Amino acid sequence: MSVLVFVEGFNGEIKKSSLEAATYGYQVAQQLGTTATAVAIGEVHEDALAKLGEHGISKVLYDADSRLNQFVADAYVKVIAKAAQQENAKVLVFSNSNIGAAVGSKLAVRLNGSLATNVTTLPKTDGGQFIVTRSVFSGKAFADVNLTSDVKIIAVKKNALEAASTGSGSATVEKFSADLSDADFVAAPKETIMQDTSGGVLLTEAEIVVSGGRGLKGPENWHLIEDLAKALGAATACSKPVADLDWRPHHEHVGQTGIAVSPNLYIAIGISGAIQHLAGVNSSKVIVVINKDPEAPFFKAADYGIVGDAFDVVPKLIEAAKALDK
Amino acid sequence: MKILVCISNVPDTTSKINFSGDNKSFDKNGVQFVINPWDEYALTRAIELKEAKGGTVTVLNVGEADAEPNIRKALAIGADDAIRVNAHPKDAFFVAQQIAAIAKQNNYDIILMGKESIDYNGFQVHNMVGEMLGIPSITPAFKLDLVDDSTARLEREIEGGKEVVEVKLPFVASAQQPMSEPRIPNMRGIMTARTKPLQVVEPVSAEAKADYVSFSKPEKKGGVKMIDAENAGELITLLRNEAKVL
Repeated sequence: MSVLVFVEGFNGEIKKSSLEAATYGYQVAQQLGTTATAVAIGEVHEDALAKLGEHGISKVLYDADSRLNQFVADAYVKVIAKAAQQENAKVLVFSNSNIGAAVGSKLAVRLNGSLATNVTTLPKTDGGQFIVTRSVFSGKAFADVNLTSDVKIIAVKKNALEAASTGSGSATVEKFSADLSDADFVAAPKETIMQDTSGGVLLTEAEIVVSGGRGLKGPENWHLIEDLAKALGAATACSKPVADLDWRPHHEHVGQTGIAVSPNLYIAIGISGAIQHLAGVNSSKVIVVINKDPEAPFFKAADYGIVGDAFDVVPKLIEAAKALDK
Repeated sequence: MKILVCISNVPDTTSKINFSGDNKSFDKNGVQFVINPWDEYALTRAIELKEAKGGTVTVLNVGEADAEPNIRKALAIGADDAIRVNAHPKDAFFVAQQIAAIAKQNNYDIILMGKESIDYNGFQVHNMVGEMLGIPSITPAFKLDLVDDSTARLEREIEGGKEVVEVKLPFVASAQQPMSEPRIPNMRGIMTARTKPLQVVEPVSAEAKADYVSFSKPEKKGGVKMIDAENAGELITLLRNEAKVL
């Protein structure tokens, strides 16, 4: 019996959220008195895979089939299901990404397993139960869920725990193949188009997010958001009205019906803080609100606030941020 | 073209969330319920496809009788008929089994739903249904067009980009914005919806695999520390030295 962690790559490296999943998997394995194995698919550097040992992973099963460089759910499921069977995995751990949650859902059917997504805690295993806490109601509440099947599948919410180093050295990387056929690729993408990711920082992976609202007055002023993000090594985001007005693309819209983010630091500039926006960002560890309206509801949810015009305040922040590392 | 759209009945996006005294269930008191916003994108796109290509749109809800006003709203927006599986939706696995059972009886060409519900935020049901039926599931899609009578072209979000996928019918897709512009029902639609068929069926035998034990709310924050706009740069120092996030 073991714990199996699925890790995702981006530009050949392991995503930060997958390192968090690896840490989670290792800690569950410790609880259960077993080891944690990872499975990796597609284009990931082998030295990055070996470094998973630093997060407690003892072995990595690596399927380097180039057809898996793009996400194809059926093929990914087949690889991970075979790895789970080989390792006799009773706990499968994913990051709560689009890929992780999708593959986890299909595996729950295939392996007759219990699935919890958006998980924020390690399991409580007293009395034969397996209870995890998951974020629900768009971050406005938590639910404790007992996973009742023999196989438990967990998708860990991003930034819910740190990708801690255990210092246990390098993981063994083993080649792995699931004998994929053409039938596994009927829904393969014809085309993959990567967007500008704010200097390489993915919004969903970012530790710092700088987000703008209608207070920026127009898309021509977005350089203020971008310059501050650049100075802080952050990703950029926007509120729903900004995306609806086509000032910014929809993939930057954070909120209840957009992307939910949970960075260490969320800086909201010119966003009043409608409850729907808050629902998508309220898992952020620290929230900063900058708004010229002192009555903006967002201040009630903020840790730090500045009442002021974005056009006066943001240049001062950019200057201070640039000065940090000088 | 037969399209099935699955909708959830969820608390309005502005609802304050509360639980029963023993924290074992959601407190519905004073809460307005709406069609799950992401399901509305799916519903509207289905109706647009029907209007362009012909066919029918059936709405499916796995839920209790109190969901019927929102099922009627979906009919008023333009769906042709509706099915309610008369059951408390215990967990995603249970709901997916109900949807798959209905789909097996009716041979839909396309099954659409939102990418997740704004209450349980599972992001699970669409992929489970696809897996149960042995057909592709494309999620989360923000664009859906028909290439011809047997093929659809979808654009789905991936982290950091998008993918273009072409699949043969039948398939399952989940919707997110901007797949469509949700519609408000007009008076004629509301009147017609009253006479459209709403079939209530009993659930198939299915097990839940996740048992919701209790609910809680996040701890309240300690309050906001205000910084003078004239000394805005001080914020950066505080974020580094006090909050330790830089």
